[in-house]
Amino acid sequence: MSRFLSAIMTGLVLALAAASAPATASPGPEERMEDPQLEARARTLYDQLRCVVCQSQSIDDSNAPLAADLRAVVRERLLAGDSNAEVKAYLQERYGDYVLMLPPVQGNTLALWLLPLIVLAGGGTAIVLFVRSQKRRAASDADAADDDARAARLSDDEGLS
Amino acid sequence: MTRVFLFLPLVLFAVMALYFGLGLREDPSEIPSQLIDRELPEFDLPPIQGFEAGLSNADLEGQVSLLNVFGSWCPPCAIEHPMLMQISRSGTVPVYGVDWKDPPGAGTAWLERNGNPYQRIGNDAEGRLAIDLGITGAPETFIIDRAGRVRYRHVGVITEEIWEGTLRPLVEHLQAEEGG
Repeated sequence: MSRFLSAIMTGLVLALAAASAPATASPGPEERMEDPQLEARARTLYDQLRCVVCQSQSIDDSNAPLAADLRAVVRERLLAGDSNAEVKAYLQERYGDYVLMLPPVQGNTLALWLLPLIVLAGGGTAIVLFVRSQKRRAASDADAADDDARAARLSDDEGLS
Repeated sequence: MTRVFLFLPLVLFAVMALYFGLGLREDPSEIPSQLIDRELPEFDLPPIQGFEAGLSNADLEGQVSLLNVFGSWCPPCAIEHPMLMQISRSGTVPVYGVDWKDPPGAGTAWLERNGNPYQRIGNDAEGRLAIDLGITGAPETFIIDRAGRVRYRHVGVITEEIWEGTLRPLVEHLQAEEGG
């Protein structure tokens, strides 16, 4: 039985791995730039730019014709001597922040960037406070061991008496 | 007193449910145009096969115009086409076309079959103007004022409702603007 289960699990894991692996690298060999340094920069940029038709993919992943056009623009800008930031700004001017895979940190994205940290800090603080209060309670219980008084206090709290 | 805090998770849930619920009503694939109230990028496109005139910024000068990006390969464009014919016939606004990434001759054949609503057509075989316009798919339509500024962009098919409810009132408003 457990062997059967583990076989199923292995199958599932393999299926997931296969599904998440990129099917093919999109930029074909004909898109390779002559200068290996520029090619490396182009690759980095492809990965950081969003395909505007298939928005969960970068233009590196996408086979869409528009993604190929955008890659061509990246190469053209690189050949024109643009820095990586300038290439991104060029496309940002046309497609807005959406074209960047990583949203820039700015006024309207502060919540997006900071909220996870705030929630983590808040949750952490809550846990620390809770654990401390439990410890204090345990300690005071051991000291006093005055169960009657505690019961009375509790029933006060509950509004029973 | 502390018991009030027990409702905190519920309140948080309600707030998030409302927020995400409202988010579901928006179309996340619609990317806002960067061109609104900015000048149309400079362009000078060659004509498509069989036509004399291409399309450049100069052709749009001094009038309110409608610029439509289409392709013979694009099924929604075929759906939109009768509406463009109707707009063109009504004479409300001159309609200009950008033939986006069509193989040579394909756009011409398509227009011969379906009729030509465009005053002039530019051939954007390379798709470079499309990128300058921030196009994400065809069809897309821009309303351009007299000063050559983009005032509105519509993504997708122009339906009767969109024309009558949005585009036509805007065109008429822009035409009424003095000096635009």
